[in-house]
Amino acid sequence: MTAKIEIENLSHIYDEKTPFARVALDDINFSIQTGEFLGVIGHTGSGKSTFIQHLNGLLKPTSGRILLDGHDIHSDKSLLKSVRQRIGLVFQYPEHQLFESTIYGDVAFGPTNMDLSADEVDARVKDALQLVGLSEDVYEKSPFELSGGQKRRAAIAGVLAMKPEVLILDEPTAGLDPVGKDAILNQIAEMHKVVGNTIILVSHNMEDVSRLADRIVVMAKSKIILSGIPTEVFSQPERLTAVGLAAPPIATLMDLLRKKGLNLPSGIFTIETAADALEGIIG
Amino acid sequence: MARIVIGQYYPAPSVIHRLDARVKLVGTMFFIVTLFIAGTWAGYGVAALALAGVIYLSKVPPMFMFRGLRAMLFILIFTASLNLFLTPGEVVLVEFFFIRVTLEGVSHAGQIALRLIILIVGSTVMTLTTTPIQLTDAIETLLNPFKKLRIPVHEIAMMMTIALRFIPTLMEEVDKIMKAQMARGADFDTGGLIKRAKSLIPLLIPLFVSAFRRADELAQAMDARCYRGDVNRTKMKIMRFAPRDFLASGILIIYGAILIFIGRMG
Repeated sequence: MTAKIEIENLSHIYDEKTPFARVALDDINFSIQTGEFLGVIGHTGSGKSTFIQHLNGLLKPTSGRILLDGHDIHSDKSLLKSVRQRIGLVFQYPEHQLFESTIYGDVAFGPTNMDLSADEVDARVKDALQLVGLSEDVYEKSPFELSGGQKRRAAIAGVLAMKPEVLILDEPTAGLDPVGKDAILNQIAEMHKVVGNTIILVSHNMEDVSRLADRIVVMAKSKIILSGIPTEVFSQPERLTAVGLAAPPIATLMDLLRKKGLNLPSGIFTIETAADALEGIIG
Repeated sequence: MARIVIGQYYPAPSVIHRLDARVKLVGTMFFIVTLFIAGTWAGYGVAALALAGVIYLSKVPPMFMFRGLRAMLFILIFTASLNLFLTPGEVVLVEFFFIRVTLEGVSHAGQIALRLIILIVGSTVMTLTTTPIQLTDAIETLLNPFKKLRIPVHEIAMMMTIALRFIPTLMEEVDKIMKAQMARGADFDTGGLIKRAKSLIPLLIPLFVSAFRRADELAQAMDARCYRGDVNRTKMKIMRFAPRDFLASGILIIYGAILIFIGRMG
């Protein structure tokens, strides 16, 4: 695998040189590989939202560089527009940004801004809506007629329609009920399998992230404090609890059972895999 | 994102910050009125000196005071140049086609510019050292007598408080929506007038939707806490005059007397 995005010595200070100055990112060095599914975990205020807004050039680093396929994204101003098309960012509560009178029109906003042909825009809109599981009968509906979960999916489709090489999702399941939450996470996983794009999922929910991500980054106090595959990260519960996070409950349970002498394999974070493993022992 | 200085409180532990908001509000108005009485270089000099003293006491970096001037720069230059070229006078300094600059014009333009600068900086001092909530509270108490005339003073003050309270929230919201639409390729900075106006639609519609949603939520929350205007309402922070407030009022009166005296002399 090659590095898709490289982050070099990235620091960001909000309201620099005023009494409100606040360090949001402190000397971050990291690379994101092509095609990987990366989970970013951290508490509110840990800097994760600031971090992802740097990746597509919405925020300019106070110091440091961001390289996309080896090119500094701030080297040329005209480059930014294409960077934002190649790195799609879905913000928290993305349904709040819907503005068109129809779902179709709203999803078409991104690709239309890319100066594509009408046919290509149409194809992309339909593809994107299909990917998020919205059927043709919502195309002409107003965003206000949809349920919360449907609105959220329509908003995600709005970014997907730009066919970004990297898709960043900031808390895509915040405020949804368990059914809507599962539906969105499953669709993201499915899409990653089908399209094979690079995905960065930001969340403070360990369980969601551990279920999907190949690799996890833990942020706290403006820094990356841990990174690695889920098993590695969850095997250091002390370091997680020190920053107010915890391994998924299932992982903790498996750990306890292992200490009690049960012969369980590592890397179990979900109810399903745990049930299978326990069944193998009991059954 | 550019910060707007008016209405932007700068926290600092100073005497000026601790002054009663009513004193600051009435004092600022008084100060502005004295500027119009002054009318001579000496008068403006005293006003500038007094203002400098207050700025020093407020412990707010002077840089913040002058930031408010930037927005007014055009008006400042416009009024000053009007006065510069259009004041008739005896001593002509420059004469070039229809342009005539007189000594009186230069002096007048200088005074007008100085008066405007002192006026803007003076009111900025108040907004920098007083939180918007303190300010509306002061306005409410000062307007209390009008309640007898059945003017809904409390309601007006509450509306002002809410409006002020939500300015930063809405600014944050604008920032967020702008970024979200920029992530979808929206372009807010280039193109002609019509294109720019059109590019605001994806920003304004979600902003209005969210403003209405917030208003609804706030109304519900207030209702749930049995808010019913100012009937039998008590205050957590009661404004009371402290010795420093009497002292400040005294200084202001002395300052006003000095200015009037100078005006008479000149």
